[in-house]
Formats: sequence, structure tokens, C-alpha cells
Amino acid sequence: MTSVATTSIAADVAGAPRRRRYMDRKSLVPLLLLIPPSLILFVTFVVLPVIDAATYSFFQWTGYGPVTNFVGLDNYIDVINHRNFATSVRNSLIVVAASLLIQLPLALWVSIALAEKGRIVAWMRTLFFLPYMLAEIAAGLIWKFVYDGNYGLVPQIGDALHTKLPFVLADKLWVIPAIMLVIVWKYFGFHMMIYIAGLQSIPAEVLEAARLDGVKKWQIVRHIKIPMIWSSIIISVFFSITGALQLFDVIIPLTNGGPSNSSHTIVSFLYAFGILRMKIGFGAAVSVLLCIACVIVAIVYRRVLFRSETD
Amino acid sequence: MADTALASPAAAATPMKPPRRRKRPAISFAQWLTLAVVALFIIVPFYTTLLGGFKGIGELRTNPFGLPQAWDPSNFLGILLGPTLFRSLWNSLFISLGTVALSILLASMTAFAFAHIRFFGSKFLMSFLLLCLLFPSATAILPLFIKMRDLGLLDSHLGIIIVQVAFSLSFSILLFHNFFKQLPKELIDAARMDNCGYLRIYWYVTLPLSLPIIATVGVFNFVSSWNSFLLPLIALNTDANYTWPLGIMQFQGEHGSDWPKILAYLTLTIVPAIAFFLLAQRYIISGLTGGAVKG
Repeated sequence: MTSVATTSIAADVAGAPRRRRYMDRKSLVPLLLLIPPSLILFVTFVVLPVIDAATYSFFQWTGYGPVTNFVGLDNYIDVINHRNFATSVRNSLIVVAASLLIQLPLALWVSIALAEKGRIVAWMRTLFFLPYMLAEIAAGLIWKFVYDGNYGLVPQIGDALHTKLPFVLADKLWVIPAIMLVIVWKYFGFHMMIYIAGLQSIPAEVLEAARLDGVKKWQIVRHIKIPMIWSSIIISVFFSITGALQLFDVIIPLTNGGPSNSSHTIVSFLYAFGILRMKIGFGAAVSVLLCIACVIVAIVYRRVLFRSETD
Repeated sequence: MADTALASPAAAATPMKPPRRRKRPAISFAQWLTLAVVALFIIVPFYTTLLGGFKGIGELRTNPFGLPQAWDPSNFLGILLGPTLFRSLWNSLFISLGTVALSILLASMTAFAFAHIRFFGSKFLMSFLLLCLLFPSATAILPLFIKMRDLGLLDSHLGIIIVQVAFSLSFSILLFHNFFKQLPKELIDAARMDNCGYLRIYWYVTLPLSLPIIATVGVFNFVSSWNSFLLPLIALNTDANYTWPLGIMQFQGEHGSDWPKILAYLTLTIVPAIAFFLLAQRYIISGLTGGAVKG
């Protein structure tokens, strides 16, 4: 990139003669100092690894020596035929569904109340947001205790109801609902905050005018508030999908994928069967599939966002 | 709300509306009820964890909800006097502060260039650097491990810092860029007129004006670095280098289901985090909403 070429092109693009002053040779040195450090780090540790993952996924490799043993699509076939891969994909999809169907409506309902003013309301906002700031490991261990079949809270609740509740984290049927409850506990405050920010940015005059026209409270919510925070809702949908797809930290302390590998998510599956066993090609194939899923989500998201903006 | 509505000229212009709706509370009974249930749902796990460390294992079984019969601090003292807790907290603190310092410096430099210097391909380069917002970092974890091994960065705090900075760049650059764009352009223009170079503008004009966004980015990166688990898990393999999430997992593995000890350890790691959160929450929230609304 020579400074002369850059100058002329930038000036063409900018058009305005006033701007030409800014594209002098003096800006080349700052540019070379300001951008490359970030760019090098980003390329080395973010972009190249993603490309490497795509490469490794076509090879059988133990992680040492040259990458030579080309196996074509074998790794992908192994992943798809792996007995626990379908389970982990299913679990991740259940988590996505639970986020969308339980977490977001709860967050929306709560945020409508908590967007109001008041001291108790402010305290509740802080309290509900607290689990989101907590480390996933700590949240997982706290809930491992809550669910513990001998010393936790679940057997106590069972005693109070005069029934014996199962060891939820050791029960194939209960483990997924149990994890979903932890996820709601941990993450709904995040979505609530996004909605509250949206609700509080609605101009007061709009709501006032509706109120003066005699519009009922829940009609205001349905026909004014929700449409006006629609972009916040779409953003939180996006975050909850990509967040659910990469769920890992909570799973390890809670179940470590058990019982008998029934509670793996895609990333914990990648960790347990790719990284721990150093099956690089296999793990890389899982990475690539996950990456493709995320790209699809991102593209669909852009489409939806674009449509809602043009409407 | 109702009072201001009455005081406004619109209300005066429509005196026909009955003031019947005025007394309606902003939050209905059903809403308060849900809030109370949700609050209980959030609090109970925290509450039992904080108290559990003071109880014996037998008392935990019979009395998980009540206050402990005797406030026995021996679990806490055992952990506080042991070597692992403070070592792991120190390691985490070092990594988090290093990540924060480096990410603020690099991201603000790059965002400044994108915001104030016009050059060919800046839009493209900027979207390239924001790619990370779409990809979960977990997808790159395996090749990242290989890359860190080849560069000799495994089992070192510096390696964790560098990788975390690389992954935090997208979000940090986005936040800095949005903020720099809102700074008055006249300031930069005036400095340019005075023959001040871009680097000096960055250091003497832009950065001093950017303390709020520096705080937001810093707090945000601090929390995500402090809480991170997957990267230290694959990169660190010496006990002495463990961060606190690894330390607590190891402690839990050693003590099996001796829950009072584990709960005491959890309490000791959670309490500083909660204190920090209460002090810094407005920066976190402004980062979330600023990034979310504009991103």
C-alpha cells in the first residue's frame, strides 16, 4: 500500500476537497503504528486457527509431526456417526428452544415491570442481573449442590412433599431440564437488561399520549412497547442462539457430560472426544460444523434484521 | 408518571378524560408476584451457598435453609490458610489485569485509526476485525491449542493474556469506535490545524476524553477474563499456574461431596466478585446495551 495510491483513491471516494487535507503522507506512519498490532494478534490467534480447523478436519493427525495423512471426509463421517454427537446436537437444540421459549418471555415479562422507576425496582434489577456476572464455574457448582441427591436442596423439597425425588443430575430423564433451569437462572438477567434498555429509551410522550387516549396497560405493552423494542428482542434472540450453541462452562461442573454422556453439548462433546483424546482431525471437524451452524445463524439473523428494518 | 401527565398541556387540553386511571399502579399485583417468585429463585441458591460453608456435613443434610446452629469458621480458615486459594486468585488477577491493559491499548489505537483517519479499505478492514462477534471462540479452541504449543505459549500466563486480548478485540474495537465517532469532530480538526500529528491527538486529545468508555471496556474484559474457563483449562497444566476456576474445580475433585468445604471455597471466590459487580455494574450495563444496540 503506497501512500500516493491511497491518497488518490481515498480522495476519489471522498470527493469533497475539504477532506483531501486529511489524506496526506503524514497519516501513513500513524496507520502503520495503530492498526497492525491488533491485526497481527487477530489474524494469528483468531483467523488462522479457524482456517487451521478447516484444514485439520481433512487429516488424521495426533498433533505431532507433519500433517500428512489425508483422509478426505472421513472425520466428518466419524463425527456424524458418533453415537454421542446426535445427543449433543439434540441437547444444544433443546437449550436453544428453552432459551427462546422460556428465558426470553420471562425476561420480557420481568423487564416490563422493572423498566419503571423506584428503589425496590432498581435493587431487583441488580439482583436479577447478578447471576449473569457470576462465573459459569461458580454457577455450575452452586447448582450442583442444589441438585445434590444427598445434601442438596432437591431432596429437602422432596421430603417436604413426602416423596423421594431422583438424583436429578444422575438421571438421564431429568438432567436436561435441570441444566435448562440453571441456564434460565444464569442468563435471563442479561436479556432482561437488553429489554430494559430498550423500554427506557421509548419516548415518554408516546406512552403518555397513549395513556391519555385511554389505551389499557397491556394494550400499550402489546401494541407500543413490544413493537418499539423489537430490535432489542431480535438482538437477544441472536445472543441466546449463539450462546446456547457454545454452552460449555456450565456443563463441566454440573455433569461433565454425564450420566453416560447424555448431557453433552456440542462444545463439551468437542472437548471430551476431540481435545481430551487428542483426536485433532475429529475435533476440528466438530469445530467446522459448529462454525457453519453459527454462520447460518448469522446470515439468517441479518436477513431477519434487514427485513424488520425495511418494514 | 400520572402526575406529569396531568401537568402537561396535553392533559389540560383534554379535560374530558376522567382521572380514573390516575391511581393505577405502574406495576400490578400479578407482576409483583412474579418478581417475588423470581427473586426467591435467584436468591435461594446464593443464600444456601453462603451459609453452607459454616455448617457441618450433618447439619447441611438436616437444616439447609436455616441459619447455622454454630458459626463454625474452620472451613474458611482452612482454605484461607492453605496455599491454593490466594495463589489461584493472584494468577487470575494478573491475567485479567494484563488482558485489560493490553486490550484497551490495542483496541483504542485501532478504533482511533478507523474513526479518524481516512484510508483505502478501512471499512473492509474494520468489518474483518469485527468478524469475531459472529463466531464463538470455542470453534477455534483446538487449533488454538496447537498454535499456542508451537509458539511456546502453553502453560504461561502471557499466552493466556495474548489469546484473550485477540478474542476481545472485536467487541472492544466496536465499543471504542462508536464512542470516538461521537466525540466532537471540531476537536480533532482544531488539533490538526495546529499541526498536531495523529499519534499525539490520540494520546493527548482522544484518550483523556474517553475515560467512560475505557472504564466500560476495561470492566467488561476484566469480568470475562476473570470468569474464563475453557482457555485456561486447555492451556495451563501446572497447579502453580492455575486460575481460580481451575483451582475450584480441582478442589471440588479432591473433596468429592464434602459440600461444606466446597461451599466455603465457593463463598470465598464469589464474595469479591459480587462486591466488584456492585461497584462496576453501571459500566457493564452500558457496555452491554451500547454494544448490543449499535452492534
